[in-house]
Amino acid sequence: MAGRLVMRGIALAYLGVLLAVPVGMVMVKTFEPGPVAVWQAVTTPAALHAFWLTLLVTAVAVPLNAVFGVLAALVLVRGRSRLRPVLDVMVDLPFAVSPVVVGLAMILVYGRDGWLGGWLADAGIRIIFSVPGIVIATMFVCLPFVAREVVPVLREIGTEQEQAASTLGASGWQTFWRVTLPAIRWGLAYGVVLSTARAVGEFGAVSIVSGKISGQTETLTLLVEKRYTNFDMAGAYAASALLAVIALATLGLMALLQRRKDTA
Amino acid sequence: MISVTGVSKRYGDFQALDEVSVHVTPGALTALLGPSGSGKSTLLRIIAGLEVPDAGTVTLAGEDVTHVSPRHRGVGFVFQHYAAFTHMTVRQNVAFGLTVRKEPREKAAATVDRLLDVVGLTGFQHRYPHQLSGGQRQRMALARALAVEPSVLLLDEPFGALDRNVRNELRAWLRRLHDEVHVTTILVTHDQEEAMELADSLVVLNHGRVEQVGGPRELYDAPASDFVMRFLGPVTETPRGLVRPHELVVSAVPEPDATEAQVARIVHLGFEVRAEMESGDGSRITAQLPRAEADALELEPGQIVYVRAPHAPRPAEPDTEEDLVRV
Ligand SMILES: Nc1ncnc2c1ncn2[C@@H]1O[C@H](COP(=O)(O)OP(=O)(O)OP(=O)(O)O)[C@@H](O)[C@H]1O
Ligand SMILES: [Mg+2]
Repeated sequence: MAGRLVMRGIALAYLGVLLAVPVGMVMVKTFEPGPVAVWQAVTTPAALHAFWLTLLVTAVAVPLNAVFGVLAALVLVRGRSRLRPVLDVMVDLPFAVSPVVVGLAMILVYGRDGWLGGWLADAGIRIIFSVPGIVIATMFVCLPFVAREVVPVLREIGTEQEQAASTLGASGWQTFWRVTLPAIRWGLAYGVVLSTARAVGEFGAVSIVSGKISGQTETLTLLVEKRYTNFDMAGAYAASALLAVIALATLGLMALLQRRKDTA
Repeated sequence: MISVTGVSKRYGDFQALDEVSVHVTPGALTALLGPSGSGKSTLLRIIAGLEVPDAGTVTLAGEDVTHVSPRHRGVGFVFQHYAAFTHMTVRQNVAFGLTVRKEPREKAAATVDRLLDVVGLTGFQHRYPHQLSGGQRQRMALARALAVEPSVLLLDEPFGALDRNVRNELRAWLRRLHDEVHVTTILVTHDQEEAMELADSLVVLNHGRVEQVGGPRELYDAPASDFVMRFLGPVTETPRGLVRPHELVVSAVPEPDATEAQVARIVHLGFEVRAEMESGDGSRITAQLPRAEADALELEPGQIVYVRAPHAPRPAEPDTEEDLVRV
């Protein structure tokens, strides 16, 4: 009994020191100058633009990744291709590679002197230092979440329900929409929430490919960093608080999903 | 009519089916019987189109469907573990085949109502599968398969995951259902009693090959091999071959053609008695006789008795050495 209390104490203290205290401190610091100042700091044109840009990037990257993640999971679990192990490693790659390296790699591919750079420039497409680059970088770092959440669920449900559907006359498409997708919906939802959290908070890769042009390619995390390096601590805290609010909303959604998953 | 001709299937270097040919009469209930791993499920899945054979053909109602997708074969398949659509209610499960075929609503609803009634799940139609017992789930799966009016119903150990009482109940119910609906049915089982009780005709599989095909009586009375004989019921070995324990005649006095044996153990099985004996050469013989007969002989351990088979042991054709070792 006492042992369990000690364990619980250690776990809580660990989480407290690592998470709760710093996040709490940001909130406290944010509101130190008073609510009016906070409001002004988060409603400057640059801050508003950063907020909307972050939402836009997330809104594009997360759905695309959700589709890709489900396809990848289907190939990984149901596929017979010999390339499966390769895909398996590829899906995990973003976990293993530092986002900064991802950013640099993108410069090598899409940059002015990059592999596709010349061709893209001729076609009038700009990727690096513009929004498409930010979207691609964000998609890359969020790639694993949906696939990794959906794969175990697909394994668990097995193939019998799908086979039953086919003997009952359902086409592959009907089977996917009516049987497979509903069966994996909680895993998918969970993966989407995790990707969203990651997309909103992404810094390293985006900081390299975006060019950090205020009012154009500056996301919320980049804004926080800029204000911090410019000794605008109050502004940095206010922008962080905005990020924290998005993160908390995402986490709340996740908790809600978890509850529904357990009762369903 | 279901015809399977020369069907073979390998998994890696394991031969799951080896040139299997089976022809099923329309309207009959046929049991595929065999030990675990003998290829029963594989054969059934090939008939359903869930698996493609390496060689051979499958025809349904005269049409070669070997490479036709399961959705166009018109077969109903019932899985051992129900394969219920877990996120749909009982009603939605049963209606699934009609829904994907875009049947008119009213007609589909009427069919579903009728089937729910047939399987006795009318009061459960708004429940989810996880709120049903195993037996109820399996009845739901059966209704779901029947809803699309399949020309063939395939059941893969449908009662295998259920406890004995439920199994017996569903068995009787399935037979009644079959007598009413008359859809050509193949039932996979490794339980010979189930096969005997339910089926009009039996196909015995062993190591991916057909051992014998015939009616329950035919197989029991004239098994083509030691394997079939052993698989369909208890056997005992006599110096002259395999016999059923209840066919042995036990007497207290020597008789022509009888073997002398010593009683080792007596087991009371209700109205019958099983006598386990040892003959002079050390081989064990088991006889099963009515209690009155055993009482008359005053059988008890240590006693010397004389045992004989009333007719020539089966199978008439002696099996190969290999078959004997296998069993
Ligand atoms: N997908 C597969 N991959 C590899 N081997 C398989 C596969 N499916 C079946 N087998 C093998 O084929 C053999 C026959 O399998 P099958 O499922 O048809 O047996 P069964 O007669 O239905 O047995 P049981 O009574 O245990 O269900 C088994 O030895 C099994 O291991
Ligand atoms: Mg099987």
